[in-house]
Amino acid sequence: MKEEEEPITTIAPDDLLDKVRAYDDAGFRLVQISCTKIEETFEITYCFDQDYRLDSLRLHVPIGTTIPSISGIYWGAFIYENEMHDFFGVEVAGINVDYKGNLLKTAKKYPFSNVTFRGEVTCRKK
Amino acid sequence: MSKEIVIPFGPQHPVLPEPIHLDLVIEDEKVKEALPSIGYVHRGLETLVEKREFPEYVYIAERICGICSFIHGATYCQAVETLMNVEVPERALYLRTIWSEYSRLHSHLLWLGLFADGMGFENLFMDAWRLREHVLDDLEATTGGRVIQGSCKVGGVRRDIDAAKLDEMSNGLDGFRGELADLVDVFLNDSSVRSRLKNVGVLSKHDAYADGAVGPVLRASGVASDARMLGYAAYGNLHFKPVVEEGCDCYARCAVRAKEMYASIDLIKEAVQKIPDGPIEVKVTGKPDGEYFARAEQPRGEVVHYVKGNGTRHLARHRVRTPTITNVPPMVKMLAGCELADVPVIVLSIDPCIGCCER
Repeated sequence: MKEEEEPITTIAPDDLLDKVRAYDDAGFRLVQISCTKIEETFEITYCFDQDYRLDSLRLHVPIGTTIPSISGIYWGAFIYENEMHDFFGVEVAGINVDYKGNLLKTAKKYPFSNVTFRGEVTCRKK
Repeated sequence: MSKEIVIPFGPQHPVLPEPIHLDLVIEDEKVKEALPSIGYVHRGLETLVEKREFPEYVYIAERICGICSFIHGATYCQAVETLMNVEVPERALYLRTIWSEYSRLHSHLLWLGLFADGMGFENLFMDAWRLREHVLDDLEATTGGRVIQGSCKVGGVRRDIDAAKLDEMSNGLDGFRGELADLVDVFLNDSSVRSRLKNVGVLSKHDAYADGAVGPVLRASGVASDARMLGYAAYGNLHFKPVVEEGCDCYARCAVRAKEMYASIDLIKEAVQKIPDGPIEVKVTGKPDGEYFARAEQPRGEVVHYVKGNGTRHLARHRVRTPTITNVPPMVKMLAGCELADVPVIVLSIDPCIGCCER
């Protein structure tokens, strides 16, 4: 399998906007924003692409931290930021199109914020 | 004096195969703003990595979408294989490429039919879907499934295609190409289709790139970007150039998809010629640890499958960024300023797959 190089740079939340602006200035497009809950922190990854090269920025923020929106730099980022809020409960300040929790209508609020099973036990008889 | 009103569009609408809701802010029959909302078909598939071990999760990955199901499964496998340093046999990579291109053919034909129906051209809709049956027949004959193939697995593929069948498929595509030409001729040259699509839903090259458009939406705005250029599966060994149009409108999006079907036929025929003999799978041992973003080109554009392993049989995280969700912001841009009557055609022009989008 040919492996694509995918550098991931961990940064502090305060540096986020400057770093994202640098990607925009260099002509990268925003590929996606993803979130993973690891114990009591959120691992948030911003992926950018230029000429098929995938570069990523990563934040580790404690639950309850408000992070700045990058939608002032990448306009289309609002969809990922609203999605991240609705799935995980990550608070994002200053989203250009803020649905305030109404983009994804889920029966359970923040369904991905409380993981109940991680494969520690078998979930079905084998 | 004109007055602003808000018209709800969807989630149930004759042109929408799947539910999405738009609040259209209208003034004098012109759309000033469109606010989309989704969430009607969210299934929580990504959280199922907690309940299914990584080799069996491929069945769930395939069910993210009922149209581009094979490529979801293949991209998930590609992500896990990279994480675990699995060397997939060359023949399996070619088979994945062949099935991926068949998936693209049937998806584009499905879209062309729906698009024709959205324009009120029902005869064209039926003709597109009639042709699609040939593609589905070959998928069914080689995998056992018309839309959910189940032929991909971590470490390779489950089924082989013998040489006689490969030749039959390749020869069949020659006749198919002729029938396709008749269909595409109507989509690209019929005066009523052209007048319905030209200069409608314009998305500039800059906006398409900056706002995250992917796939035919991006390429129809003049950007030559196609994840197949990464060379995953067997694409690195095949001759391929992205199909690009400069029109930036609904017609250009239609033209990209129509012309991509010829590119798919060429790719399948070349893959059939070059496919090597050999095994179709390897045994996979161990447990995934680490993380990887696998990218592939779905019929609707670039898909990203992110997997994060924690050294157990269950992945810690699987996240799918589907093409439709990233094409929603560009769609909002296309809708601003359009005529109310053009909204259905513009929404369809991104080929929305809401099942994919919400997972």
